[in-house]
Amino acid sequence: MTFAEIKQRSLSRWETKQRTDKVRIIVGAGTCGQAAGARAVLRAIQASLAKHNLDASITQVGCIGLCYAEPLMDVVKPGQPRLCYGNVTPENAAQIIEDYLLRDNPRPDLALGTLGEGNIPGIPSLKDHPVLGPQVRIALRNCGNLDPRDIDGYIANGAYSGLVRALSMKPEAVIAEIKESGLRGRGGAGFPTGLKWEACRNAPGQPKYLVCNADEGDPGAFMNRALLEGDPHAVLEGMLIGAHAVGAREGYIYVRAEYPLAIEHLNTALAQMHDYGLVGDNIVGSGLSFHLKIKEGAGAFVCGEETALLASIEGKPGIPRVRPPFPAQAGLWGKPTVINNVETWGHVSAIMQKGASWFGGYGARTSKGTKTFSLVGKVARTGLIEVPMGMTLRQIVYDIGGGTSSGKPLKAVQTGGPSGGCLPASLLDLSVDYDSLAQAGAIMGSGGMIVADEDTCMVDLARYFLTFTQSESCGKCVPCRLGTRQMLMILEDITAGRGTPESMELLAELAESVKAGSLCGLGQTTPNPVLTTLRYFRDEYEAHIREKRCPALVCKDLIQYYIQPEKCRACMICLRNCPVEAISGGKRQVHVIDQSRCTKCGTCMDVCPEKFSAVTKLSGQPIPAATPAERSVWQLG
Amino acid sequence: MSDTALREILDSHGSESGSLVPVLQEIQGKYGYLPAEAMIEVAKRLRVDEATVYSVATFYAQFKLVPTGKHQVKVCCGTACHVRGGSKILDAAERELGIGAGATTEDREYSLDRVACFGSCALAPVVVVDKDVYGRMTPSRVKSVLDDSVRGGQQE
Repeated sequence: MTFAEIKQRSLSRWETKQRTDKVRIIVGAGTCGQAAGARAVLRAIQASLAKHNLDASITQVGCIGLCYAEPLMDVVKPGQPRLCYGNVTPENAAQIIEDYLLRDNPRPDLALGTLGEGNIPGIPSLKDHPVLGPQVRIALRNCGNLDPRDIDGYIANGAYSGLVRALSMKPEAVIAEIKESGLRGRGGAGFPTGLKWEACRNAPGQPKYLVCNADEGDPGAFMNRALLEGDPHAVLEGMLIGAHAVGAREGYIYVRAEYPLAIEHLNTALAQMHDYGLVGDNIVGSGLSFHLKIKEGAGAFVCGEETALLASIEGKPGIPRVRPPFPAQAGLWGKPTVINNVETWGHVSAIMQKGASWFGGYGARTSKGTKTFSLVGKVARTGLIEVPMGMTLRQIVYDIGGGTSSGKPLKAVQTGGPSGGCLPASLLDLSVDYDSLAQAGAIMGSGGMIVADEDTCMVDLARYFLTFTQSESCGKCVPCRLGTRQMLMILEDITAGRGTPESMELLAELAESVKAGSLCGLGQTTPNPVLTTLRYFRDEYEAHIREKRCPALVCKDLIQYYIQPEKCRACMICLRNCPVEAISGGKRQVHVIDQSRCTKCGTCMDVCPEKFSAVTKLSGQPIPAATPAERSVWQLG
Repeated sequence: MSDTALREILDSHGSESGSLVPVLQEIQGKYGYLPAEAMIEVAKRLRVDEATVYSVATFYAQFKLVPTGKHQVKVCCGTACHVRGGSKILDAAERELGIGAGATTEDREYSLDRVACFGSCALAPVVVVDKDVYGRMTPSRVKSVLDDSVRGGQQE
């Protein structure tokens, strides 16, 4: 079958589904949606439809990125725009079905907005929504819109047209177009994609391999998971284009095992592509043959590093090796290999569909196009976003993210995962592009963006990252293996109140040595969170070291929980819930924490009724002694 | 351990060394851990040293060399979960199960692990029990989530 015939068939299948007189209900059922309770919502919808004998089709889609509003449910009546509801519960899902479908009340009080053409009175368009308005969704173009289990929807909406265009061009011309687009690797390092492809194409040695790096290991990042779950075809089409350009006949997708839904959707997509002749031998009669295999990771962060990843595919421990030779010259089994990140492949297909100059029209001078970010942490509207490069941190965190979730002042934005840096509030007007971030001591990384507010301790955050990288160091390079361990020990000392004035200098010195003395990206960038917190948050280190005080009230060894006698209403809740029975008091008797027994689990603070808020944390100051009067009977009313 | 099950797994993969990780993954999927006899058999079949199999089995965090519990409780300790109090969730799970991270309860009902990131950061902090992901966790919700798993999965 030619591609034109395939497209015709998919279009008519898809249009039949769209044109139906049935109501369509769309539920966001990516991993996040499911974690927020999408499955229970789905069951409630089915039950409600059955109860009222209503006929509607239910589609499960990937992530539209409004993670803070999960679970999401959309209802499309024939001839009406798609109406999107957020924070849906099983109860109000059933209510929405009854009100909107039976009584024609769209429930503006529950609706987030409409998507697509047309409007419904009283309900805003999501185009104007602060989260979606400023976004340009290129890699994520189909996420949350189409059913990832149905290839027809993708083909009907333009998927694989970029492949067809590429196949009509000489491989060199495809490479030239990718170069012209200015696309740089979205895995974090930002190497120009076209140059990498050209090096591989020109490298001697056969066969050549393609690899998709889907080992998204940065804690706090889930852009690649969402893209694979929501639009596997964007990535797979990109790889087919790469195969034609580079001259590869075999490829691997290396996905971390923690992403079972992404793996499931990839497998489904590949099976459907086989049926349609879009992968395998002689793809759509073009003469291009390309075979793809999925390899599951086995839980090693270092495998996100390209040479470690290749070793892992070969069945070895994921230990990086010296570069050069780069994988483009000698990669998988010593053969020329192009390895690109999930998002990069997703951009490749968009570039070939719409052209290099269209893509290059977005973004900053040396960082073209858009970048996906997972906007998480202490931010009001957590989400998966895609914005043109060059947007400022302030626009991302405040305009899109709505500021901090606590309403407290923002302290830092952490980018680039354990390899990145912590940028202070004073740098909020920094442009988010490869070069500006690197200058500030952070990195673009794969796109994790974690917001920290006043209640986040930056020394503890540095310690957290070191705990992670120290345990994930593969152990090959001594500076990384032992240097990170020593750095972690110093940070543990500081957060436990055992730091000395020399600790900070020693830490900085070690950080520079680890950076200089490690082979791979993991070791070279591991010190970044330490160096940036030392650079921007030195006062916090000093408070821990000199005053034995944790300003954010986080470090367990430096804080104490205290029940404020004037606020305690002797309600017994904390007393009953304390797991170590460290709280004394009774009915009408102010409660007091026995500091010698307290394990600082924080349960008392969590359970103290908000209207009392009697439990507080103190650091760097003694706990006021309870006076006999306070210890005695508390006078009611 | 049944020899036929092991043989079936080995037969379904080629004998090239690239199969080592997938073979071990399948064995672990079947038995819940990597029995020593199985690893010896894998070495023979793939024609690699036993030491090579052992080095791969101990390099990757996914592989367990001792039997694990019936239910796998994983507390996410990713960055987003960390800044939103993930360590308190871990403390609560440790208290509730009476074991530390990385251990299995005596009755072999639960294994508790800390995991770097599930990529459900927008719903931090997150706990995963078997295949169910629970977002927006609080220390006091840990018990009900564990009870859920005994009843056979996510009810809410």
